[in-house]
Amino acid sequence: MRNKFEQQLTLLNNMLIEMGGLIETSIALAIQAMKEQNSEAADRAVEYDREIDQMERDIEELCLKLLLQQQPVARDLRLISAALKMITDMERIGDQAADIAEITPYLSGTPYFNKMGHFSKMAEATAKMVTDSIDAFVKKDFDLAISVIKSDDIVDELFHQIKTDLIELLRTDNAHGEYAIDMLMIAKYFERIGDHAVNVAEWVLFSIKGEHVRY
Amino acid sequence: MRKNKYELKNVDLWYSDFQALKDVNMDIMEKEVTAFIGPSGCGKSTLIKTLNRMNDLVEGCRVTGKIHLDGQDIFGNINVNHLRKRVGMVFQKPNPFPMSIYDNIAFGPRTHGITAKLKLDEIVEKSLRDAAIWEETKDRLKKSALGLSGGQQQRLCIARALSVSPEVLLMDEPTSALDPISTSKIEDLISDLKGDYTVIIVTHNMQQATRISDKTAFFLLGEMVEFGKTETLFSMPKDKRCEDYITGRFG
Repeated sequence: MRNKFEQQLTLLNNMLIEMGGLIETSIALAIQAMKEQNSEAADRAVEYDREIDQMERDIEELCLKLLLQQQPVARDLRLISAALKMITDMERIGDQAADIAEITPYLSGTPYFNKMGHFSKMAEATAKMVTDSIDAFVKKDFDLAISVIKSDDIVDELFHQIKTDLIELLRTDNAHGEYAIDMLMIAKYFERIGDHAVNVAEWVLFSIKGEHVRY
Repeated sequence: MRKNKYELKNVDLWYSDFQALKDVNMDIMEKEVTAFIGPSGCGKSTLIKTLNRMNDLVEGCRVTGKIHLDGQDIFGNINVNHLRKRVGMVFQKPNPFPMSIYDNIAFGPRTHGITAKLKLDEIVEKSLRDAAIWEETKDRLKKSALGLSGGQQQRLCIARALSVSPEVLLMDEPTSALDPISTSKIEDLISDLKGDYTVIIVTHNMQQATRISDKTAFFLLGEMVEFGKTETLFSMPKDKRCEDYITGRFG
C-alpha cells in the first residue's frame, strides 16, 4: 500500500538524519578549530558547509517532488512541511559553524581564549541543542524538543557573560582589542546556532502536534 | 448566526439483513459544504440518498432513528415531493433528460405548476447563470441537452437541480466522470453556491474535499468514524482509521 511513497518518506527521514549528522560534525570541527587553533579542522568545517548546502537542495527537491506526486495529508503533510522549514535552519547552522571556523585563524596567538571558560560552555551547550533537536526529530520526542527550546535561555545567558568578560578584557588589555571583537562574533554565531536549533525543535513539535505549540 | 440544517440522531439503515448505516449522529450546518468521504461500501452514498429519501424506492430498505430538516422529521408527516423540491440531488454521471436544454431546466418548475413562459424563461436563465453555463448555452437553448460535453451536462444537471429553488444540494461524486477543467468549474460553482445553499457532497477525491468543503465526515463500514472541520481532519485527524484512510495506508 503506497509502497513507493513509504520508501520516499523513509529516504526523506534518512536524508534529514544525514544532514543532522553533517551539521553536528561541522560544529564539532568549528569548536576543535577554536580550541586548538587547528587550521585543518577549520578548513574541514568550511568543506562540510558546502556538503550541507547540497544536502539542503537535495532534501528540498525530494520534498517538492513528494508534494507534487503524492499530495500528502495529515502526518505525511506535517512531516514534509516541517522538513522543508527545518532544512533552512539546519543550513544556516552549517553556515555559522563555517563562519566560526573562518574566524579562528585570526585568533592564533591570543592568550585569552582558553582562559575564558564561558566560551567552552557555550560551545558545548549549543552543540548539545543541535544534537538534541535532531534526536527529537528522529525519535519524534516531544519532551526532548521542549528541553531544546528551554536550553536557549542558558545559551543566551552565557552570551551575556561572554560579553561581560570581553568588556573586562578590553578594559584591562586594550592591545588585544581586535581579538575581543572576533571572539564576540564567535559568541554571537553560537548564540544564533542556538536560535536555529530552537526553530528546528519548534518544527519537530509542529510535526508531532499539527500546530505551533505554546511553551 | 447559522443553524443546523440537518440533525441526525441514531440513524440505522438496513438493506434487508445488511446494516449499511450504524448509529449515525451528526449535525449539518446550513450554507456550508459538508463532504462525506470513505472507502467504497462505507455507507456515504447510502446516507446522502437517505437525506431526501431516495432510498424509499429501494426494496428491503429500512431506516430507524431521526433525521430532522430544519427541525422537521423527514420520515414524519411530510410530502416526499416537497422534501425533494427542498433537497435537490446531482449524481455521479450527468443524466440530462433527452430533451432540449430549456426543457431540462423548465421540467421541475413545470411539475410544480409554473406555466407562464416569461416566468419559465426567467427561471431557466437564472438557473443556467447560477450553474455557470449560461454563456455556453444561451444561443442553443432549444437544442438537445445530449449534445453538450460531459462537463457541460453536469453543470446543466446542477442548473436543473437549482431550478426549483432548493435549500439543500446533495451531490454524489459529481466530478468523478469529468476532466480537470470541468472539475474545477464545478468546484468553483460549489464554492459560489454555498452562500445560498447547504451543499453535501460525496467524494473519493481527498484534495477536492480539502478544496471545497468546510466540514468533512469520514465513514467506515457504515459508521461515521470522524466528523469535523475539514482543515483539522486532513491535518490532524483524531482517529487512526481516518488517518490511515486519508494518507492511503488503509488496508
